[in-house]
Amino acid sequence: MTRDRTPDSHDFPTRRYDLVKEFVITLVVVLVASLGLAAIFSSPDEKPITMSAWANADPNNLVTTAASELAGTTTSATYGAPYNSNSEGQKLGPIPLQKWGGVRIPIDSADLVLGPLSNTTNDPAVSSAVAAWKAAAPEQQTKWAADYVDAIGAAAADGEAATGAGGDPANVAAGDYGPVPALSAGLLALAKTGGLEGALDSAGNFYGGDTTKSLLLLADGAYLEDQAVAQNLAGDQWGMMNEVGNAPGQPWMWLYTFWYQIKPFSTSDNADVEVWALMMLLTLLLMFLPFIPGLRTIPRWIPVHRLIWRNYYRRSAGRP
Amino acid sequence: MTTSTGAKSAAETTDPGNWTNRLRGRIEGLVPPGEALPDRQPIYVASWIYVFGVLTLSSLAVVILSGCVLAVGGVQWWHVSSLGHYVNSVHLWSVELFFGFMVIHLWGKFWMAAWRGKRAMTWVSGVLLFGISIGTSFTGFLSQTNFSAQWIAGEGKDGINSTGAGAFFNVLNPGQMLLWHVVLLPLVVVLIVLIHIIQVRRHGVVPPLDADLEG
Ligand code: HEM
Repeated sequence: MTRDRTPDSHDFPTRRYDLVKEFVITLVVVLVASLGLAAIFSSPDEKPITMSAWANADPNNLVTTAASELAGTTTSATYGAPYNSNSEGQKLGPIPLQKWGGVRIPIDSADLVLGPLSNTTNDPAVSSAVAAWKAAAPEQQTKWAADYVDAIGAAAADGEAATGAGGDPANVAAGDYGPVPALSAGLLALAKTGGLEGALDSAGNFYGGDTTKSLLLLADGAYLEDQAVAQNLAGDQWGMMNEVGNAPGQPWMWLYTFWYQIKPFSTSDNADVEVWALMMLLTLLLMFLPFIPGLRTIPRWIPVHRLIWRNYYRRSAGRP
Repeated sequence: MTTSTGAKSAAETTDPGNWTNRLRGRIEGLVPPGEALPDRQPIYVASWIYVFGVLTLSSLAVVILSGCVLAVGGVQWWHVSSLGHYVNSVHLWSVELFFGFMVIHLWGKFWMAAWRGKRAMTWVSGVLLFGISIGTSFTGFLSQTNFSAQWIAGEGKDGINSTGAGAFFNVLNPGQMLLWHVVLLPLVVVLIVLIHIIQVRRHGVVPPLDADLEG
């Protein structure tokens, strides 16, 4: 495109136009449409998952998750920033953006189990298990917990044979697991009472506005994800833009969601930061499109504007 | 402008050392005289596409209005009240309309190359609005205190954390997300909408491509 020779809009002949009336009419139209759509389609509201629901629906998974938190092998335990330094986190090429954010929400995964149990129990078996854990050396703690997780194992799935006790803590082989079985069982019992969320989120400060710990624990288990997959909400099911049921969700996230479905992102360990960077780049391209040769000329090549301003062009067609 | 300043002389009302005069001058200079709310538009302003900017604005008004009603009842009200649930539905559907109209508006302005004639910053503020609106709706989904919010938080944290921003913007903390959703981000959106509309009124509606007044 050559120099911008767009004339001053104020030099054109004018026609009558009522901006305020236009606004008021559209306001009424949108209000009526919203009231109507809301009446017809409502909005989804599935109750939140509780720890006791998890404990009752999949107790074995909760016990395994508790033992894994103690062993330091869960997603959150090995996450890296902002929760801990146990991994480098994602990188954009050589740039460790995640690490640069810093460990500003420090979370010790074993505390997700020990914290609630230390504060709330009046069960002597659990109290002595906590004391035994705290008295042991770190290597001993990890060995107990890791051995117990291995002993529980997992049920056969996806063509893979069952391991350990097939995922059932009741059937584990005899071994030296220290206080870990008692701690895991204690967390299960606490979860069943319905008190685990409170013990994690509001212990010591009364106000439970911050659910970071509960959500990390919940997401480390399988129950939350199982529920989501059952509703087609997983990441590889376009879950980021969909809502439960048939509600419309966030269709404007389609492009962001799209990249996760294709290579190289679908198989990358750094997919999150790569997709973010790509979206930022595309947003900047869109933002500065008026300055980008080629892109800014597309509206001339594909003349949709001939349709939009057809009356104007027809009227001025007679002129040279 | 005609003022009935009584005793004041012209020199006093234009005194450049007076901060109030300077602010008034700034505000009056934002939009050419008579162009803030004119009752006439250039002849080429005759297409349905022009309505979509205003429709976006009206939907934003309904979004904010329904959001304010939800705020009256409090965070969990809509789970226990059928009226609350209905207001939540109105909020959701006005948001869907808002985005629908905004996207049509965006594409309309693209095909009109509406950034021509010193209007590039209008386009830039528009894209900013698009991006920040997406962020605002994201924090809204996180503030629902239901299963969706749990799941979206669990998934969304990985994206935000991977950029390093998660250290400051904790999607697992619904208290923080709610405040961003109902205070910080709406303030920013409304502020940029104001700027966007002043920009539009300042330059006037963009003339058609290849419009030539000398012809
Ligand atoms: C909150 C979202 C938005 C609101 C409330 C809004 C509102 C408006 C209104 C009322 C107008 C004047 C009427 C019209 O031409 O349609 C306008 C013009 C304009 N908008 Fe937006 N808009 C929004 C988002 C956007 C986006 C996402 C873009 C593009 C990326 C954009 C680009 C423009 C441009 C370039 C103009 C000037 C058009 C001209 O001079 O003819 N706006 N906007």
